[in-house]
Amino acid sequence: MDAAARVQTWIDERFNVGELLAPLREKTVPVHRYSQWYFLGGLTLFLFAVQLCSGVLLLLYYRPSASEAYESVQNITNHVQFGWLVRSLHSWSANLMVFCAFAHMFSVAFARAYRKPRELTWVTGMFLLFLVLGFGFSGYLLPWNTRAYFATKVGTEVAGQVPVVGHSMMVLLRGGEDVSGATLTRFFALHVAILPALAIGMVMLHLLLVQKFGTSVPVSVGNDWERNPHRRKEMKFFPNFFLRELIGWYIALGLLITLAAFFPWELGTKADPFSPAPPGIKPEWYFLAQFQTLKLIPAKVFHMDGEVLGILGFGLGGALWLGLPFIEALLGPRGARYVRVGAVFVLTYLAGMSVVGYMAR
Amino acid sequence: MVTRALPTERPLEESTAKRIPRRAALRFLMGTIAGSVASLLYPILRYLVPPPESSLNANEALAGTVNELKPNSGKTFRFGNRPALLVRLTNGEYRSLSGVCTHLGCTVQYRPESTQIWCACHNGCYDVNGRNVSGPPPRALDNYEVQVRGQEIYVSRKRVA
Repeated sequence: MDAAARVQTWIDERFNVGELLAPLREKTVPVHRYSQWYFLGGLTLFLFAVQLCSGVLLLLYYRPSASEAYESVQNITNHVQFGWLVRSLHSWSANLMVFCAFAHMFSVAFARAYRKPRELTWVTGMFLLFLVLGFGFSGYLLPWNTRAYFATKVGTEVAGQVPVVGHSMMVLLRGGEDVSGATLTRFFALHVAILPALAIGMVMLHLLLVQKFGTSVPVSVGNDWERNPHRRKEMKFFPNFFLRELIGWYIALGLLITLAAFFPWELGTKADPFSPAPPGIKPEWYFLAQFQTLKLIPAKVFHMDGEVLGILGFGLGGALWLGLPFIEALLGPRGARYVRVGAVFVLTYLAGMSVVGYMAR
Repeated sequence: MVTRALPTERPLEESTAKRIPRRAALRFLMGTIAGSVASLLYPILRYLVPPPESSLNANEALAGTVNELKPNSGKTFRFGNRPALLVRLTNGEYRSLSGVCTHLGCTVQYRPESTQIWCACHNGCYDVNGRNVSGPPPRALDNYEVQVRGQEIYVSRKRVA
């Protein structure tokens, strides 16, 4: 018996790994014309892993204080060997992760994969999306540059507009009345400790639910399979689907490194709390739609401050979207059609407003 | 199968008469433990609330010097913990206003080409008196009092009459 086999036997005698992995071996993935959409969740997970690794590397040199943060990121990009690559990877991977998470969400929404019994899988997925946006928002401030400073100012002010609890929420987020060094340390704690802990737990729960209920088949494909059982096709998750996922991850890694190397992330100028916001200032693309909406809403709508209305609208929209599976059930037999129309509207609105926001001076 | 009472077990009446019932005792203990653990939440919540800042409400600040600004130009200066704006109008007069946009708190700037105050974040515009004239800002900017003392320009909060 060679060494590897002996180690395996030693472990198996104690932990019976074969039995633990049995459910994974039995797991299958349906094969049909929409199967490629199944890769998006795994891809998001892979990019999350890239974020954890590159984030830990950045932690070795980053210093979270208003007087040192910008300089430390400058040091990472200019002096640390391959520091520019690690930082650029972290930024690009973050953006691709947000994109994949949104794409995954819309694919699930359009395939109505959230139907019974998978309602809570959808809910945990939405929580993960909120966490991802929280990562984006908190991480954005950490280099302490001008864009980040004003993005954070606006973003936390938005939280401050929420009726009743808004102001306390804003002070809690900022660590004071204004965006300052205290905000930076808070966002740092959020970004590197609190959010990762929550996200890892939520990912485990999400995967557990995915494992428990198996992969959802779109309604049209399911109906077809019921009428013509001979057309039903499945693939073993392990190793068949998993190996295909690995190929996808490898391609993603290649794309990521290419983007990071050829389009390194800019650092911009150091934040100065006492200079005006520079012209053409914009948030990251995934907050552009909200940003553009806040820009277009007039100052007063029916005696209400426009921005409060906008923020309440987004809050309500987010809550409805989070409860999508339950709302569809409440709407009865026509629910599916309403949800589809709603999903098309949401996608069109977000994409359209983002483009308008991008083009705007 | 034969069931036998354990030697330590007493008849029910005797044990309930003389002692606190086991269930009540456990409930009391659990409550105490839960309460003591929960009491730790209070200091944690208080810890999260930042301490008050000292120089938040400074009443006066040095905004600049007389020769610094040409007519039809502006500058941002620090007033307490917030940015503020000093504008010299085309006729040479000074105006000073809060630098914080009333929409979502970005820092505004004076634009000589339109002789307006402008916020780059969401394209809000104010006139030189701070009145919100276009874009999303819901309210006017606060006005400050400008005093020229020798070569120095001081700005103070207006007293509410």
